[in-house]
Amino acid sequence: MNRTTYLALKYLAVLVWSAFVVLPFLWMLTTSFKTANGVTGGATWVPWLQYEPSMAGWKSLFGGPGGINIVRPYINSVVVTLSASALSLALGTLAAYGLSRFTFRAGPIRNGDITFFFISQRIMPPIVLAIPFFLMLKTLGLLDTLPGLILVYVALLLPIAVWVMVDFFNSVPRGLDEMAWMDGCTPIITFFRVILPNAVPGLVVAGMFCIIFGWNDFFFAFTLTFTKTQLLPVSIVALNSSVTPWWALSAAAMVSVAPLAVLAFVVERFLSRGGLAGAVR
Amino acid sequence: MLEVTSLKLSDAGETCLDDVTIRFEPGQLATVLGRTLAGKTSLMRAIAGLVRPDAGTITLDGTDWLPLAPWQRPVAMVTQQFINYPHLSVLDNVAFPLVRHGLARGEARERAREMLGRVGLADFADRRPGRLSGGQQQRVAIARALVKKAPVLLLDEPFVNLDYKLREGLREELIEILRRETGTIVIYASTDPREALQMGDRVVLMSEGGVVQAGPPREVYAAPASVAAAGVVSDPPINLLSLDVAPGRLTVAGLGEIAPAALGRSLAPGHYTLGLRAHDLRLGGPYKTRVALTEVSGSETVTHLTLAGLNLVMLERIVTLHALGATIGVSLDLGKARVFDAAGNLVANGTAHG
Repeated sequence: MNRTTYLALKYLAVLVWSAFVVLPFLWMLTTSFKTANGVTGGATWVPWLQYEPSMAGWKSLFGGPGGINIVRPYINSVVVTLSASALSLALGTLAAYGLSRFTFRAGPIRNGDITFFFISQRIMPPIVLAIPFFLMLKTLGLLDTLPGLILVYVALLLPIAVWVMVDFFNSVPRGLDEMAWMDGCTPIITFFRVILPNAVPGLVVAGMFCIIFGWNDFFFAFTLTFTKTQLLPVSIVALNSSVTPWWALSAAAMVSVAPLAVLAFVVERFLSRGGLAGAVR
Repeated sequence: MLEVTSLKLSDAGETCLDDVTIRFEPGQLATVLGRTLAGKTSLMRAIAGLVRPDAGTITLDGTDWLPLAPWQRPVAMVTQQFINYPHLSVLDNVAFPLVRHGLARGEARERAREMLGRVGLADFADRRPGRLSGGQQQRVAIARALVKKAPVLLLDEPFVNLDYKLREGLREELIEILRRETGTIVIYASTDPREALQMGDRVVLMSEGGVVQAGPPREVYAAPASVAAAGVVSDPPINLLSLDVAPGRLTVAGLGEIAPAALGRSLAPGHYTLGLRAHDLRLGGPYKTRVALTEVSGSETVTHLTLAGLNLVMLERIVTLHALGATIGVSLDLGKARVFDAAGNLVANGTAHG
């Protein structure tokens, strides 16, 4: 195969893959500007030429006819996701550093078992957790509140943060800690002054996972709330009625995906920068 | 004075340090010479407080170091790996220990800049260590260790991961810098006998977790106290020959009976080991040996020979290639052999040193 053919095939493959990834979003975008007539009128892409565009779908997101105001749930989702992710990251990073650097023994239990215990929380089907969570929040008077949801989400996200960060800290050479000790740092100062500044790539990955899981969760947002507190995924489902409003659902899907898309772009630049080059050769 | 007494350390059932007692004097560069796993790194890590010994004491000028955590001990260390702080510039790397010890940032940077000048990195102060070459990274680590002016400086094979030329150059630079740091206890671990003998004011020989001999380089080289010490300090490896002494009769395994006068001294009947350095074998002589391997390095040739089940090493100060498997005659200058008793201790030191 000569170089030209190779390049042609390469670009073809990239093109096919790009289409595979991007077209559903374009379809969502175009559908969000359609009306019932536009949706039933076949596979049309171009507004004005192929169908009459309408803002009805977008208006229904702000309490327009047949819609629900999603501004409040949107803010709730942002608050819950960011708070729970930040808390999980803070607690999980500390736990992970301890698990990576110190040896714990309790009977037959070792560090690896503790780490596995964390992730084992995510192996169970969520339905198993729903009733205990419900009862606990009820007892605490936190059902249908933001703090209640934040607590539950921390319980769900913490294992992810611990798992990712243990792995990351294990890849940071111990020699770095020891060097810091000999330069006069206690273990706590070593963690904050030396290890944490070098753990940014790990924090970004763990934070990204937390945000994605937290933002997308529907199950707990649905089972642990009633009417006062609603999160975005639940409101989107609530948009649905006997006649599926594809235009409103598409618009809602667009605003729901937007922050994650932005996050992906920001994080991608961060991750490609490379972390610990130059610590140990 | 740094005193290590009866230090014992084991890790997962393996003995790392076996009853090590040794003193290090201020203003002296002591080289710790031993093969890999001889206990050099374990000794340094115990002194630095990175591992807790099972028994024994470590004191500096009478102060007990064992209760002190690493961050409380006035030590600096450079390891084989080039460890620097990746998130800090070269300048801030060197200033870091000073800032941690309470110096104002401005003054710390001032001193760090001066130290960078001394290791020849003044122009790289603003770079991250990851963007330097291996040799430069190790110089940053050395600068960071020196800038603290700690009374105890541990150098654990600092140049072993660098290429040959760079190693030579950096070694000389380091000695030059250390010469100005009077009053510091410098401990330099090495696996290379030439390096250790050349650099050290004092050489400590380690083998299997224990100190087998310590003394000035000339003395340690000329009179290795035991078979183990002779093994550590000799490069190429020393030839060890088994000798049986009966009244009027000396028998060396592989060589047969030798003239009683060949050793130049009389020995009580018994079993002995002869240590004969590779340069005390000469080409041309009565013993017909087979060539197993010839290595040429620089202007010298090391030839591995076999003789009746005996492995011998011969060093020639010329470049020559003996054909593999060829039979060559050699002579052994047994008069220069070190004689060790059945327990492996030196009893006689040969008639001529060299």
